[in-house]
Amino acid sequence: MKMKLATMALGALMAAGPVMADLVFPDLSYRTGPYAAGGIPFSDGYNDYFTLLNERDGGIGGVKARVIECETGYNTEKGVECYEATKGEGALVYQPLSTGITYQLIPKVTADGIALHTMGYGRTSAANGKVFSNVFNYPANYWNGASLVVNHLLEINGGDLGGKKIALVYHNSAYGKEPIRTLEELSKKHGFDLSLIPVDHPGQEQKSQWLQIRRERPDYVTMWGWGVMNQVAIQEAANIRFPMENFIGVWWSGSENDVLPAGTAANGYKAVTFHNVGSDFPVFDDVQAHVVDKGLAAGAGDQIGTALYNRGFYAAMLAAEAVRTAQEIHGVADINAAMMLDGMEALEITEDRMAELGMPNFGPSFKVSCENHGGPGTGAMAQWDASAKTWSLISDFNASDMEVIQPLIDADSNAYAAENNIATRCN
Amino acid sequence: MFYREAGDFKTTYAADSQTFPIKFDRFRYYAVSFVAFLIIPFVINDYWVNAIFLPFLIYSIAAIGLNILVGYCGQVSLGTGGFMAVGAYGCYKLMTAFPEVSIFFHVLLAGGITSIVCVLFGLPSLRIKGFYLAVATLAAQFFLVWLFNRVPWFYNYSASGQINAPERTVFGIEVTGPNTEAWATYLFCLVFLTICALIARNLTRGTQGRTWMAIRDMDIAAEIIGVNPLKAKISAFAVSGFFVGVSGALFFSVYLGAVEVGEVFGINKSFLVLFMIIIGGLGSIFGSFAGAAFLVLLPVLLKNVLVGMLGWPTDLAAHLEFLIIGGLIITFLIAEPHGLAQLWRVAKEKLRLWPFPH
Repeated sequence: MKMKLATMALGALMAAGPVMADLVFPDLSYRTGPYAAGGIPFSDGYNDYFTLLNERDGGIGGVKARVIECETGYNTEKGVECYEATKGEGALVYQPLSTGITYQLIPKVTADGIALHTMGYGRTSAANGKVFSNVFNYPANYWNGASLVVNHLLEINGGDLGGKKIALVYHNSAYGKEPIRTLEELSKKHGFDLSLIPVDHPGQEQKSQWLQIRRERPDYVTMWGWGVMNQVAIQEAANIRFPMENFIGVWWSGSENDVLPAGTAANGYKAVTFHNVGSDFPVFDDVQAHVVDKGLAAGAGDQIGTALYNRGFYAAMLAAEAVRTAQEIHGVADINAAMMLDGMEALEITEDRMAELGMPNFGPSFKVSCENHGGPGTGAMAQWDASAKTWSLISDFNASDMEVIQPLIDADSNAYAAENNIATRCN
Repeated sequence: MFYREAGDFKTTYAADSQTFPIKFDRFRYYAVSFVAFLIIPFVINDYWVNAIFLPFLIYSIAAIGLNILVGYCGQVSLGTGGFMAVGAYGCYKLMTAFPEVSIFFHVLLAGGITSIVCVLFGLPSLRIKGFYLAVATLAAQFFLVWLFNRVPWFYNYSASGQINAPERTVFGIEVTGPNTEAWATYLFCLVFLTICALIARNLTRGTQGRTWMAIRDMDIAAEIIGVNPLKAKISAFAVSGFFVGVSGALFFSVYLGAVEVGEVFGINKSFLVLFMIIIGGLGSIFGSFAGAAFLVLLPVLLKNVLVGMLGWPTDLAAHLEFLIIGGLIITFLIAEPHGLAQLWRVAKEKLRLWPFPH
């Protein structure tokens, strides 16, 4: 028992850790469980970008980046443990890659003064920086995603969706429920019928849902799925011979892992994305030279260029750029969490800067401000080619319908502010 | 030598019927309470409270509740997750509807609501037994989770279906929300655990506990000697429901702060609490604590050792954790099918004879 206590105390000490001159990025990853297929590539990309910066440039502004990985298993209780274990180490920004954990961390990071970046997930109304001081979800959020799907359908149908039926297959959780409000507004605006089809965690069993789709015969199906649910849904869609080009996933339902199990039947499946796809960028040569060839790649090192690897890579790039911005603002290389917040709020990503980083046209160019933590909300449509086994963009990065989304963001964030007695900032 | 009844003379009935008849046990109990109430609050930090103590305290309450139902009354229940959800959502609705009332009463009321729900789902136990009852309570689990997902009134029509604990205080000290002090949340849960454990301990060693155990051991024989099975079973469901509801309310409001019913109160939670009491020991209050400690603390300890000290990759450590804990569970149950509490009982028997065994 004494031994146990001693090791435990030591473990906690290690978790509390000494403060060194480095930039700490906790990576609340999940490499186990039903969502690991999504968690692994994202975390690999996130880790590899910082390894690249350390190896190639000696860190960011001369200070090494340190990534602390902590396994959450997409489980909120473990997420809390991970947050508490890492926050004392000088954590600059949290990226939990889980909407459930995000909801838990929003009040905590706000109290602790640490930034939370939930890129394309989390609480959509956090885009309103007036209310959510520490939470960022640039460059795009769920409601942008929902609007982009509808915009794409409008484009196909010559601008008229009147009388069409669209079904939403969603993960029955906070994550999956997020787009419903926007889709309902959009269905009013464009006159399509929306039917909601929930799939319970973890989503391995979807026979009844797809039977319903077969019976209702919607013109289009859109999906908010994650982890094993995606593969099953695409397989089931193939089983009922639902035309794949009419099946559109959000960005979390658009990775290689989701379409590969269905084989050629998945050909033509579409997914909306807010960043570019493929490994055809100069920066990946550097990754090969400085990270992979040196044996420093995270995980198995076999994910480079996949959709979710790119997203993790992109997330790390945005975090590193925010650090750089903060270093410029404050003139300090070894920044702290408060300076990181300033850096994120003043972040500006331009075409030139992305080209400089070897990632031309990788994502949208945008500027974050005190009021707008949500970025431009642009996205493109990607389509899966089953024979070449690649995603390719079939549209440009287009804008979403902010006319519908902005009032929703304002309403939801103001409700949150009223509920929690938050005074608005940026006035 | 020092652990025995002999020499400890009881001169009043009260002294004779006290919870811990052996002096050593009594002082151990005082010492643990002293450390828990007067030392830990002063040294505790955010990590220890959120990663270790809160889950341990709250799961202990849930395990005590389930132990009354399964361990003492013999009614197998797989609905614990669903009943915890009732406690959590009950607490949330009360917290948002009556913000001026102390959270302490909300938690108690949430326990009361769960108690009623639990009795409703316990009614079939009068007709069905054993595995069949397990299936009936399993239905409760799925029904309740579905209900809280389906009816927006329960989550106040929020867009995501999540419930978030607003800031609430006890005597002006915050115990829910993000700005809490570690000691406040710890003490808040500790008080509930102490009250629950005292009530459970005294219920189970009195008439009520004996009727439950009679029903557990052989319900027909119990009926013949005059135990009313309706009253015994329903009261077990009610008491168990109250404890489970309190734990659910604390789990949501104090520990997690934001909850999504399918993920937090799913079937896995029911199994986890059931495993706690099986490993800890059915029909033992100490077993509830031991089981909760085993399944809550061990994963955290293993994680800290494997990742924090040895620096292993997190996925390897996570998988190894499953292996080690699974292996330990099997080893424990083979070595001692009656759980950790039985080990403790055997140790006490040995201690009585030590240092001169026969």
